[in-house]
This record gives sequence, C-alpha cells and structure tokens, in this order.
Amino acid sequence: MSRLTKYKFRLYIAGHAPNSAQAQANLTALCEIYLQGRHEIEIVDVFKTPMLALQNNILLTPTLLKLSPPPVCRIVGTLSQRQTVLESLGL
Amino acid sequence: MNSIRSPHVNESPKVPTGITGFDEITRGGLPRGRTTLLVGGPGSGKTLFALQFLMHGARDCKEPGIFVAFEENSRRIIANTNGFNWKLEELVQQKILYFMDAQPTPDLVQSGSFDLNGMLAALSAQAKSMKAQRIVFDALDIVLALLPDAASKRREVYRLHEWLLANELTGLITAKSGEAKDCVLEQQPFGFMQFMVDCSVKLNHRMSLGVSQRNLRVQKFRGSAFDENESPFIIGKDGFDVALARSMGRQDPKVSRERVSSGVSRLDTMLGGGYYRGASVLLTGLPGTAKTTLAGAFAEAACKRGERTMFVSFDSDGSEVMRNLDSVSIHLKQYAKSGLLRILSARTITGSAETLLVHIRTLSQAHKARCLVIDPVSTLSRAGNELTAHDVAERLIDWSKSNGITLLCTSQINELSDGPEGSRTPLQISTIADTWIHLNYLIQAGERNRGLSIVKSRGTEHSNQVRELILSNEGVTLTDIYTAGGEVLMGTLRWEKESAERVANEVAEIAGQLKRVTLDAEEAVLEVRVKSLQTELLAKQTEQSLLERVTESNRGELSRGHTRMRELRSGDAPRPVRKSGTKKKTS
Repeated sequence: MSRLTKYKFRLYIAGHAPNSAQAQANLTALCEIYLQGRHEIEIVDVFKTPMLALQNNILLTPTLLKLSPPPVCRIVGTLSQRQTVLESLGL
Repeated sequence: MNSIRSPHVNESPKVPTGITGFDEITRGGLPRGRTTLLVGGPGSGKTLFALQFLMHGARDCKEPGIFVAFEENSRRIIANTNGFNWKLEELVQQKILYFMDAQPTPDLVQSGSFDLNGMLAALSAQAKSMKAQRIVFDALDIVLALLPDAASKRREVYRLHEWLLANELTGLITAKSGEAKDCVLEQQPFGFMQFMVDCSVKLNHRMSLGVSQRNLRVQKFRGSAFDENESPFIIGKDGFDVALARSMGRQDPKVSRERVSSGVSRLDTMLGGGYYRGASVLLTGLPGTAKTTLAGAFAEAACKRGERTMFVSFDSDGSEVMRNLDSVSIHLKQYAKSGLLRILSARTITGSAETLLVHIRTLSQAHKARCLVIDPVSTLSRAGNELTAHDVAERLIDWSKSNGITLLCTSQINELSDGPEGSRTPLQISTIADTWIHLNYLIQAGERNRGLSIVKSRGTEHSNQVRELILSNEGVTLTDIYTAGGEVLMGTLRWEKESAERVANEVAEIAGQLKRVTLDAEEAVLEVRVKSLQTELLAKQTEQSLLERVTESNRGELSRGHTRMRELRSGDAPRPVRKSGTKKKTS
C-alpha cells in the first residue's frame, strides 16, 4: 500500500451505546497509529438516520465501512481485536 | 378474518394468523403486541408459518408486516412460496409487506462485540413509514450465533424484546431446535427466551415407522386458554393446515331431514327412505362383500341427482373402479367425464393419516363435493398411523358433518378379528357413524352368498331383516331371504326353496283344475239326466192325454153304435141324439 493512499471510513454507531463508543475510540486510536493524516472518518448515527442505515444494509452496530481504497470492506464490532481489523483493512 | 368461535371473557387481544386450525387452538391467534417464539427443527415449517402470519395480516386484516430474513435471501423466500396462492410480490409492491435481508454476509469480519441497534433503528423507521403491525424475525439463532458470549446473546434478545414491546408490534421470532443436545434452543439465550416470551409454539417433524408426521404444539400462552395437545398439521396447497379436534362449545351444524338414496331402491326401503343428508354411513364387511359396489351405487345415485360427488379409492385406480362398476350396471364414466364426479385414486399416496385427511378435505372442497365416498376408510390406519387414524377418522366425520356432506365410508373387517359382527371396526368409528350397514358372507351348502344387514341407523326406521345382496349385470338388488327352521337360506338353497314352492303351487293348481273338470263333468251328467227325465215326463203326459182321448172317443163310438143299432132296428121313432144319453140311463 502506498504511503500516499488516503483511507475513507464510515462508522455506523447507535447513539451512546457502549460498544459504539468503544468502536469509535478504537478506530481513532488505530488511525492515529497507522494512518497518520491519511484518513477520513464519517460517523453515522443509525438512530438519527435510520433509513440510510437500512439502505446500506447496516443491521448490526457498530459497523465500520472502509469506502476507499477498494475493495469496500465491512467490519462489525468494537474493533477491539486489532490484528483482525488490520488484516481486514489491508494494513 | 377468522372469528373466535367460543366466547372467552377477559382474554388478551389476539391477532389472527389465518392458519386453519391454529387460530382455533389458541382461541384467536397470537397475542397482540406481544412476542411469540416459534421453534422447530429443520424443515419443520417455521418460515412458512411466519410468512403465512404476515401474509394474512397484510392481505386480509389491513395489518402491514415486516419480515426480517436472517437465514435466507428474501427473493428466494418469495420464490419458495410460489406454490401457494399467496402473491407475496403483489403485497410487497403495495408496500404492505416488507422484506429485510439481514443475512450476515460471508465476507463479514467481526471484531469484538456488537449489538442489534442498527437493525432495530432501521426497522423502527420502516415500521413507522408503513404502519407495520406485525413483524417476523426469521432464524434469529443465526445472528445470535455471531455474538461472542452468552451474556451478550441474552442482552440482545432482551433488547429485541424491549424494542418489540415499545413499538407495539406483534412479533414472531423463529429459531431452530433439534433433537440433538447441543441445539441452540437448549443453550442459554433461547432457554431463557422461552420464559421471556408470552407465547411459545413448537413445531416438530418426525418419522413414525417411515411415515412423516408433523405436529404443532402451543407450549405456553400467557393470559389465554389454549389447546395443550400436539396437533398434527400438514403443509397443503394454501399453506399451513392444522388439524383440530372439535372444540367444546362449538356450534352444532344444521341437521337435515332430507333423505338421499343409497342407490339401491330396496335398501332405501329398508332404511325408511335412504340415508339422511349429511349423515355418515359406514359400510363394513369382509373383502369381496360388495362394499365398493354399494359405494358406487351411492355415487351414481348422487350424480343422477346432479350432486357433485367425490370418490376416493385407496384400492384401485379410477378407471378400474369405473370398469368394475360397469359390470354391475353402475355407470360412472359419463359423470366423471362431465366433471360431476371426481374419482381420486389414492392408492399410492403415502403419508400420515393426517396428510390423507387434509388431501381429501382440500380436494373435496375444491370439487365442492356434496357427497363423498371413501373406499376404504380403514386405509387410514395403515402402518405408522394406528395412533392417529382413529382421531383422523373422527375428524373426517366431524368435518363432513359440519359441511353438510353426506359421507359414505367403507371399512374392511379382518376375518381374523373378533368376528364380523363384533363391535370392533378397525377404527372404532362405528360409534360415531350414523348408519352402519354390515355386509357378510354366509357359507352354506358349498356356497358363499352375500348378506346385508343394517346394524344401526340413527333416526330412521330400518328393517331388521338380513337381505341377500345380488350382483348381476343388471345391477344391484336385494332379495328377501328364506328363513326355514331358524336358518337363513340364501343362494342356491333359497333358489331351491323358491322352486320347490313354485312346484308345489303348480301341483295344487293343477289338482284344483282337475277337480273342477270332474265336477263340471258330473254336473253335465246330472243335467243330461234331468233333461231325459223331463223328456220322459213329457212322453208320459202325452201318453196319458192320448189315453184319455182314446177312452172318450171309444165311449162316444159306443153310444153312437147303440143309436145306430136302434135306428137300424127301427123299432122306435128316431130321437134327438142328446136325449139318447138320458134314454140310455133310463133304459
């Protein structure tokens, strides 16, 4: 992976649910370590925009979508197992 | 919408499922605004049950529904129901039915704990927009299996339950269960789910001696009475069909006083006019006692009256039945051709007695049959069905009665069982049948002859006599039998007796004739004698009168002679003749 590739993430969370908060924290930490300045995180609250979640077939929260670079990948959970997450993201 | 048949006070409101039989078992359906758990093994019909519940709500009750598919793709689910006349696509287009595909994608990566909030939030929005009142979570176990530990599984089930209550949706959650010990149901989250939900239904599908038996049982239903027994069900043409024993307090069907012909005129006479319409008739007998023939006669008579009739034969094919009956002058072919008669050959249909019953019921409903023949009903108790067959036969009679269908069942009685006249019929349905006709063989003088007797016939006068049943190419007839010296004579013996009587009659008649002739002859002789005597009398009378005349003339001659002599002597002057007499006297 090129050092210049920009990573775009979208994280679906469910309000203030603990595991959602945890996922948000884990994602931020991970990006800080591996993707300094090369990332963009969009947080979507399913309680606020439920129809969007439905359209994107987001059923389990939290769900992380890696929108770019392709392929799109989807990780469900608190992102606490860092090794798994890194492998899935191709980092 | 199915109405609740029996009145129950203070029961929680129900949502009808539209599933034949189930609404009766639960006295109205699933608990409104509550959660129901439906568990069953693979292929037990969980998804179908759930779909029918939604379909009925959307189509018939103005209650839109949402189907959350965790296991199967919604397109496939819809395609799978094409066999039923449900038209789910139309309901989806009308936006009264919504399918949510919630299958975990194969490439789903999971890291750490998660929850169902996303889905529930999305569902809330969807439910609100389409005003959904019913929701199904199909195969919840799939998504729960993704959760790492029992605590989070339990948490999510709670979350779901709370969500359902908060949204006032009538929820149906399906989950797998199996015979194996390690099945999901026995595991923690589902174990406690059984306690959490308000209603729990279990489906099972098992094999009994190679025959598939599907059963449904309501395990619990808070705040409502329900039928606690296992009820057999089948998946039929229109979906689920749960067999249901008649519940207490159900309204009696209307009874009819109308009579229908049995197809054999003398049998009608014996029954005082025929069977009652809507009655159930049982024909029992050993093999070959003409049960099918009598059943055929009944079917033909029904068709002649223009009534739609269905003939279910478990013994032979429809064409065979028609050919065989043709030989005794019962012609069904024309009616089969015109569609009035439907002959259903069920010889090869295997399955539980319940399946057979539902098949018969659906087909005869489709045919709008008014008369139904089942030949023989004892087939229901084939291998693997002994336990349920009696119930099924009872339900068959109950169902046909409540629909005013005149039912004629034949039933084979095994020669080895305790006697043909024993009170046991194979299914012991003789007690609930209205008319029971028994056919029997009488073996006498080296012959088997068929005898017919009416064992019982409720509400009709009936003959107590055994009649001989004669099959010929002219049809079916009943003949009086002779009882001589306490013995019943049939067949050749009856014929002999009849001919002996005929001869005796002839002899008597001839003797009478002879006597008459003799008497005639004697009379003639006497008449002749009378005539000859009369003639003789006449002759005698004539002779007598002749004699008198001769005497007179002689006397005259004599006196004339005297006068002449005197004249000739001329001694006296001639005197008038008249005075001569006086003269003569004086002289």
